[in-house]
Amino acid sequence: MALDITGRKLFVKALKEEGVDTIFLYPGGMITDITDELYKAEGINLVLGRHEQALVHEAEGYARATGKTAVVLVTSGPGATNTITGIADAYYDSIPMIIFTGQVPLHLIGNDAFQEVDIVGMTRSITKYGVTVRDRKDLGKIIKMGFQIAGSGKPGPVLIDIPKDIQTIAGDPEYPTHVDIRGYHPNETVHIGQLKKAYKLIKNAKKPLVLAGGGVRIAKAEDKLLEFAEKMQLPVTTTLMGKGVMPEDHPLFVGNCGMHGRFASNKALTECDVLFSVGTRFNDRITGDLEKFAPNAQIIHVDIASASISRNVAVDVPITADAYSALERLAEYAEGKDNGVWLDRIKGWEKEHPLAMPKNKMEICPQEVCQAISKIFPEANIVTDVGQHQMWASQFIKLNKGQEFITSGGLGTMGFGFPAAIGAAIGNPKKPVVLITGDGGFQMNMQEMAIAAGMGLPIIICIFNNTNLGMVRQMQTLFYGKRYSVTDLKASDGKFYPDFIRWAQAYDIQARRIDNPDMVEEALMDAKKDLKGPVLLEFLISPDDLVLPMVKGGTALSDMIIK
Amino acid sequence: MKNRWIALYVENQVGVLAKVSGLFSAKSYNLQTLTVGTTEREDVSRMTISVMADDVTFEQIKKQLNAMVEVIKVIDLTTIPIHMKELFYAKVYDLNEAGKTEVFQIAQVFDQGGNVTVADVGPDSALLQCMLTERRNNELITLLKSRFKKIQVVRGGAVAIESISTSCR
Repeated sequence: MALDITGRKLFVKALKEEGVDTIFLYPGGMITDITDELYKAEGINLVLGRHEQALVHEAEGYARATGKTAVVLVTSGPGATNTITGIADAYYDSIPMIIFTGQVPLHLIGNDAFQEVDIVGMTRSITKYGVTVRDRKDLGKIIKMGFQIAGSGKPGPVLIDIPKDIQTIAGDPEYPTHVDIRGYHPNETVHIGQLKKAYKLIKNAKKPLVLAGGGVRIAKAEDKLLEFAEKMQLPVTTTLMGKGVMPEDHPLFVGNCGMHGRFASNKALTECDVLFSVGTRFNDRITGDLEKFAPNAQIIHVDIASASISRNVAVDVPITADAYSALERLAEYAEGKDNGVWLDRIKGWEKEHPLAMPKNKMEICPQEVCQAISKIFPEANIVTDVGQHQMWASQFIKLNKGQEFITSGGLGTMGFGFPAAIGAAIGNPKKPVVLITGDGGFQMNMQEMAIAAGMGLPIIICIFNNTNLGMVRQMQTLFYGKRYSVTDLKASDGKFYPDFIRWAQAYDIQARRIDNPDMVEEALMDAKKDLKGPVLLEFLISPDDLVLPMVKGGTALSDMIIK
Repeated sequence: MKNRWIALYVENQVGVLAKVSGLFSAKSYNLQTLTVGTTEREDVSRMTISVMADDVTFEQIKKQLNAMVEVIKVIDLTTIPIHMKELFYAKVYDLNEAGKTEVFQIAQVFDQGGNVTVADVGPDSALLQCMLTERRNNELITLLKSRFKKIQVVRGGAVAIESISTSCR
């Protein structure tokens, strides 16, 4: 029999056997044993962030760029509580991740000991699985379970809380290759009868429409979606998380839908007679008023999580399946179909109200910056923060194959963008990352510049600075009589802090402020040249620019504010 | 909105009760009663849960429970033959002799083979021990409330098991 090893040794062994090459971590009293063990380990890149919330967003960016389960390691107490926003973000956007938290020794749990919190209890509703290791003999099994659960089915974050003494007690040296989990059976089959029923509906539809969400990307089913749509001549609209699952220059691609979706997409959703939705949970930002959502349509819903089906929208043909297996079959069934009249109708809507682009302005137009980014960086991964810039990016960035659009969709977490861009760059060092962010969200995690600069990560940071919290300001403009309550970030003397250029200089990185519309492209081209580390570009834009069209929260998709 | 019943097999582990009950509070589901105890297997517990819900919400509750890693099996008891009983105690205070006699009479009327008994008596009080269906318990409590000024009720929540199927009889 093999000799017993300590928990900390088994921990490192487990990560190596899982092929973990990067850990996003921040040290502290209850993980010093593990970090000591990692000091001796080879082949694992230790990314020392500057704040635990950012670590989790970095891990999200890494997971999105690599498709791998990301690993975060933090200490107990504040280290653990700081991760909560990130965990919730990962949960709502189905990102595979394991968060290891240190914990006080078993005999101190429940004592309100120094840096003790019940992190498993606190994160119960935002993790796919969470557990405190209470017995050294369970450590290997639990870590294996964590990896199995986080990456399969509908992916999500798993939290494993490891008390200090579990890390040092000697025990079983084996790390299992598989654990049977009796309460966990992700769906791997697809109901053929339901699929055939769905196919028949689509085939006989006069105005069919595909609504594709992030589940298509997670299942890597983009090619099957395209094949199916092309064979059947189906127009495709995407959710925010589904952006990019359909080539955006494709004639069948209608655009994004929802609160800030294209006019044509929302009209098509309202008028379609069969809606084939795949890998989306019908979030309220997509549906608007549920009573008036796709009122004329029979709805087919494919989702890996049966709990997502018929929750928000009553569905006629529910199909619990992975998007790939469903679309693969449907693509096999598919025969030619003529939807010419319907497609022309949709094109008519697009002509009637294309995405609005303010013209003849002396100021920089944020939509044009997005278009320029799209043109100059056709291969970069695009990361956004949350707010107006995020919606402009979703509207005006045209994604090519192999380009990821990494954004916080479900939780809408300001502060997500910069660390996620860092994680994406770490996960895929050969691919530049363009971060589109705002002056508000960027300030929520700008401390991470220390690692972006320190590691020389190829990130072009584009701050759309309107010196205001633009998205809320837009609501104030449209719905609150222009009473701009607490959305102006300028000081009482009218000055904006910080001076991002001088701030960037403190990190020895290139920075440039652009206030002339004619300089936008040139600045981006310059940044692209010899990209060796982060570059900061600050685009000064007007606080009065609006994201349009807009569907007011809770109203029907067809009630769009166009101007 | 209807009252419905679910039985759950769950891992007998720390935090599982909190996870299951947390679902009901987090998603605003209307939990009526929840009982839990171990089964013939030490590592498995069984819960009996009663909820007030419409059809759509009830389906959603079952799916959400099924999705939990710690939940091994969900059984919908609403539409299958079951045996279900709830234990409760009622202490009746400030009784004169006539009142005490009445408590005994009520116990007799509700009793079916020893499942309603007077478990204890004092100079001016009596303690009823009842194991009836939840509905019958409701009726008994309503009656006690209408007849006596001061009562104290402790309910245990219902426990249910599927009937032995006719093919096994």
